[in-house]
Amino acid sequence: MTTHSPTVIWILLGVAGFGTWLLRLSFIALLGRVTAIPELVMRILRLIPAAVLAAIVTPSITHASGSFDLGTDRFVAGIIAGLVAWRTKNVLATIGAGMGVLWLLQAVG
Amino acid sequence: MNQPSASRSPFQAGFFDIAPILVGVFPFGLIAGIAAVEVGLDSIQAYAASLILFAGAAQLAMIDLIGRDAAPIVIVATALVINARMAMYSAALAPAFRELSPLRKAYGSYVITDQSFAVSIVRFDRVDETLPQRFSYYMGASLGLWVTWQISSLAGVIIGSGVPEEWSLDFAIPLVFMALLFPAIKDRASTIAAVAAATSAVAFVSLPLNLGLLAASGLGLVAGVVWSRE
Repeated sequence: MTTHSPTVIWILLGVAGFGTWLLRLSFIALLGRVTAIPELVMRILRLIPAAVLAAIVTPSITHASGSFDLGTDRFVAGIIAGLVAWRTKNVLATIGAGMGVLWLLQAVG
Repeated sequence: MNQPSASRSPFQAGFFDIAPILVGVFPFGLIAGIAAVEVGLDSIQAYAASLILFAGAAQLAMIDLIGRDAAPIVIVATALVINARMAMYSAALAPAFRELSPLRKAYGSYVITDQSFAVSIVRFDRVDETLPQRFSYYMGASLGLWVTWQISSLAGVIIGSGVPEEWSLDFAIPLVFMALLFPAIKDRASTIAAVAAATSAVAFVSLPLNLGLLAASGLGLVAGVVWSRE
């Protein structure tokens, strides 16, 4: 449960939302003045999803108990879900496998 | 679906082309709604995130960080880094949007997503249409996704308040990210970026203010760019 106040959360949503819209509008609004994105910037932008997603996912399964621990139910469920995600690239199958294994381990453990 | 595409308006064609993708978007939206309620947002704010941001991965990352009481600046920065790829879509769509009125540019930009961008860019490449027709096609695809996202996340917010904590549904957040991660690993550079980011994220867990995610992402990007140089 968050301790951020509702006012802070409104500000977070507003700033992140407006910033996101500016990113979306950026080149559409600028066209004519800016014609091309530098090659290096393009390469960085292309890599963002892989880097950010990997950085979010990993600690959520390696530190599920708060500290580094590869023996948690969430680590096992996460690894299996990762294999399913890798093979199927399917959101539903990945969530199904991960939640299924987690519930099973919680039930027997 | 069996109609020849010529008998459809561009708007309908856009909608039909994105329809198969919407099946996978629905559970994603459901989880965004449920997770927002679970970390303690009130129902209005939990839904408002979908209306204001309309960006699934950024919303889930924000919700996750809000739940951990991360510093506000880190929460906003993380969302914007995740959404920086939208600037790339903006650049690719810009030629097709050139002649549009400022109002259309404004709302057309608001609905840019990975999915509607992907179907539109394929269409623009294959079908020779006027700029207004292209915009209609794009809006058909984008609004299909927008409506699905609003309905699914709203449903998640409504369900969310009734989901018991023992179901551990917060675990669905990393699972969704995992499902998005593997399609994003396409070549050598993205593999290196992902491995470097994952490893350093584990090492950076105890950095203050939950800065670990941003620092690890940055390191992953540097590694991907440097080691993919020919």
